[in-house]
Amino acid sequence: MRAPSPTDIAAGEVILAVENVSLAFGGVKALTDVSFDIKKGEVRAIIGPNGAGKTSMLNCINGFYHPTEGRITFRGKTRPKMRPYEAAAGGIARTFQNVALFKGMSTLDNIMAGRTLKMNKGFFWQVLRHGPAMAEEIEHRHFVEEIIDFLEIQHIRKVPVGKLPYGLQKRVELGRALAMQPEVLLLDEPMAGMNLEEKEDMCRFILDVSNQYGTTIALIEHDMGVVMDLSDRVVVLEYGRKIADGTPDEVKRDQAVIDAYLGVPH
Amino acid sequence: MPAVDTHAEPRGASAAQDTFPKFLALNATRFADRPAMRHKDLGIWRTWTWREVADEVRAFALGLGELGLQRGDRVAIVGRNRPKLYWSMAAIQAWGGIPVPVYSDSVADEMAYVLEHAGASMAVVEDQEQVDKILSVSDRLPHLAHLIYDEPRGLRDYDHSRLHAFEAVQAKGRKAGEDAAKAAALEAAIAVGKGADLAIILYTSGTTGRPKGVMLSNDNVIISARNGGLFDHLRETEETIAYLPLAWVGDNIFSYAQSYVLGFCVNCPESAETIVEDRREIGMSYAFAPPRVYENLLTQTMVRMEDAGPLKKRMFHHFLGVARQWGEKILNKEPVPLSARLQYALGEVLVYGPLKNRFGFTNIRVGYTAGEAIGPEIFRFFRSLGINLKQLYGQTEASVYITAQPDGEIYADTVGKPNIDVEVKIADNGEVLYRSPGVFVGYYKDPEKTAETKTPDGWVRSGDAGFFDPKTGHLKIIDRAKDVGKLRSGALFAPKYLENKLKFYPNIKEAVAFGQDRDFVTCFLNIDLTAVGSWAERNNVSYGSYQELAGHREVLKMITAHVDEVNRSLAGEPMMAGSQIRRFLVLHKELDADDGELTRTQKVRRGFIADRYLPLVEALFDGSPRGRIRTEVTFEDGRKGVIEGDVEIIDMPVHEATGTAFREAAE
Repeated sequence: MRAPSPTDIAAGEVILAVENVSLAFGGVKALTDVSFDIKKGEVRAIIGPNGAGKTSMLNCINGFYHPTEGRITFRGKTRPKMRPYEAAAGGIARTFQNVALFKGMSTLDNIMAGRTLKMNKGFFWQVLRHGPAMAEEIEHRHFVEEIIDFLEIQHIRKVPVGKLPYGLQKRVELGRALAMQPEVLLLDEPMAGMNLEEKEDMCRFILDVSNQYGTTIALIEHDMGVVMDLSDRVVVLEYGRKIADGTPDEVKRDQAVIDAYLGVPH
Repeated sequence: MPAVDTHAEPRGASAAQDTFPKFLALNATRFADRPAMRHKDLGIWRTWTWREVADEVRAFALGLGELGLQRGDRVAIVGRNRPKLYWSMAAIQAWGGIPVPVYSDSVADEMAYVLEHAGASMAVVEDQEQVDKILSVSDRLPHLAHLIYDEPRGLRDYDHSRLHAFEAVQAKGRKAGEDAAKAAALEAAIAVGKGADLAIILYTSGTTGRPKGVMLSNDNVIISARNGGLFDHLRETEETIAYLPLAWVGDNIFSYAQSYVLGFCVNCPESAETIVEDRREIGMSYAFAPPRVYENLLTQTMVRMEDAGPLKKRMFHHFLGVARQWGEKILNKEPVPLSARLQYALGEVLVYGPLKNRFGFTNIRVGYTAGEAIGPEIFRFFRSLGINLKQLYGQTEASVYITAQPDGEIYADTVGKPNIDVEVKIADNGEVLYRSPGVFVGYYKDPEKTAETKTPDGWVRSGDAGFFDPKTGHLKIIDRAKDVGKLRSGALFAPKYLENKLKFYPNIKEAVAFGQDRDFVTCFLNIDLTAVGSWAERNNVSYGSYQELAGHREVLKMITAHVDEVNRSLAGEPMMAGSQIRRFLVLHKELDADDGELTRTQKVRRGFIADRYLPLVEALFDGSPRGRIRTEVTFEDGRKGVIEGDVEIIDMPVHEATGTAFREAAE
């Protein structure tokens, strides 16, 4: 697979910064004054008990929600209101907690859908499927085939996604996100509901994506073993507030985190 | 023995071609632009002609020379069927090195044993998984100087001082090739190679003890491959698909040796999971598979037909009936009434043709099954569709070929007649002995075992008990000679014979029979999760695991009916009536090669299983209604866990012996 589109940001520098972000739905505060950053090339985990605001955070990052207060800076640019497609075009791809694929379409078509933003030929050319449109399609198909090879899903290339077991659907979803050649990949519970073997495969794919293409990854995950093994830095949320931020070891020893997970005697 | 058709002699080959690199050079001229190999990669079949293969192999060979490969060096090859791994065999052989293919699903310890025993100086492996495995045991492998990998993924950050990408070695080789002296050195090394040199060392999985390294010479492999080709009139136009383990002698003969000797094309599938689809796309003409592949095809077909609409189902079953009645006769060119021919032709259009297309058998000319006995039902099913499926009996020590069924002489229960140039005789104790040009040189570093197996005048003890069927002149194999035993009553006990009868039921995946020196016969069974799972789905039986399904009342009832049928059939065979199964149980876990219960080629290791499940074996014989056991299992990631089981033991009624014994009683 080819490297994602070139960028002026070097590995280890901040690619995405979240500053004092708050999000409220009417009277319900989902996020309160959360700040953290994501550095290029790292695997950043967001953890926290149920309802801590993890998914809301991801939704803010990719423009699905707009924070009521605070700023999100991506590649040096701060936009007050970023739409999801702007985020996608800007290089942020994501997968969802509940698989959100086109169930009736094949694995191949689903991943091809991830290339849509990269296609230059207009609708008419694509309908004709000839000449330059065909050349472009072949190029994209080649890229998609590389992803299929990478994720080892050749055997389900032409199977409608709705027929696949959950673990494989998750893999297809990752494939669709990768098809965008994202700079930042947001994974919302990539391993939820998987058995051990599927989890191990998924871990390997995430590490491979990170190692091989230098893609920055932010992930939400409940499996602590996975989080501690995979991530370079972890941010911990509880009731919409950030309670800890640091390396997996630091976070593991943090009293506030232990209390959040195990409860405090009252 | 069929007359040798001299016209079928491989085109342009002569006695001068006595090694694989020489055959490769010949093929690059005689079949220059014919396809030699295909590999499906990124969804597309990529083809290499013989000339291109020769070029790739040469580049890699020169690269190996740069890395210091010497005549006689052993080089391990670990991975699935990929073109580069096949090319590396020829490249190693070019220098007079000896490839040692290793089962790619072996755990690190097993792999370490083989590499250590072979004293491998290099290893060519498929991917990161295999690199990791070998690196994890590298302290046991002091001789291993270089590790070459095919698939670079995940290996970028590894220490590359001893680790090389396949392409990097080839690039090194191409550069070296510009140096006339180096190119000449390779040519000279190829010219020096001769038929008596070792071609390959294959470690047999062995149902007992550690694997043994079977040394085969170029002559062994090349003459056997050629004779096998003559036997079936194979040509350079054949297409095969390579999907069986590289370390298995069958793959080495069918996907490598015969391809080089005869010049046909070998197709490498995209991945292990896509084989069914890849087979269909290629439409192979020459196929080889252990019985379980055919079993799976049949099971899957039947399972899927259960879900088909009523019209399709009726059509399918009607024409299968027609095929059952006439198909084999038509295939054997026996006289058949015109009406049957017409019906069969209609069936070909509506059912058999599409079905064969699904299986990838549309163009099949010769299909072999070997390794284990195949169920007569399964065998007849494929033959009745017009697929020329035949049986073959072979061993690693014989470079495969011992006996095979000639066209038109096909029986479900024999393994055929001796192949060209093979002599077969039966020892006094019933053991099959053979002598042929394919007979192995010896076991690597084990003259004692060699002497035990091979007599000075070249006869090899096969370890199998068998006899020649007086009616057909074909060889019949009963069992492993050492496994054939006696019950306390003195009646013959042939466990594999019983197990095969049981395994012919799609619901039963594995069976292990016990009875040596006991009063009666008992057995362990494994249910087949595909077949029984599909049954469960249709009948709304919910289950959470193999263990739960295996213990289900209705499943046990079904299995009991199968065992009863087997007993009835045994009662009809005078020699076997005494070994009817009195008690059996369905095991709480599937037998698995990772736990050492099966060999890597999926044969049961009876002795090991008897020890491991001793409490259950005791329970079978002491009359208790249930058995309880704790077993340690190895998960796919290598961690260990414990499965506890409480299994029910089922008593079976004994059928009165019918058959000859019965008739005698009546007289």
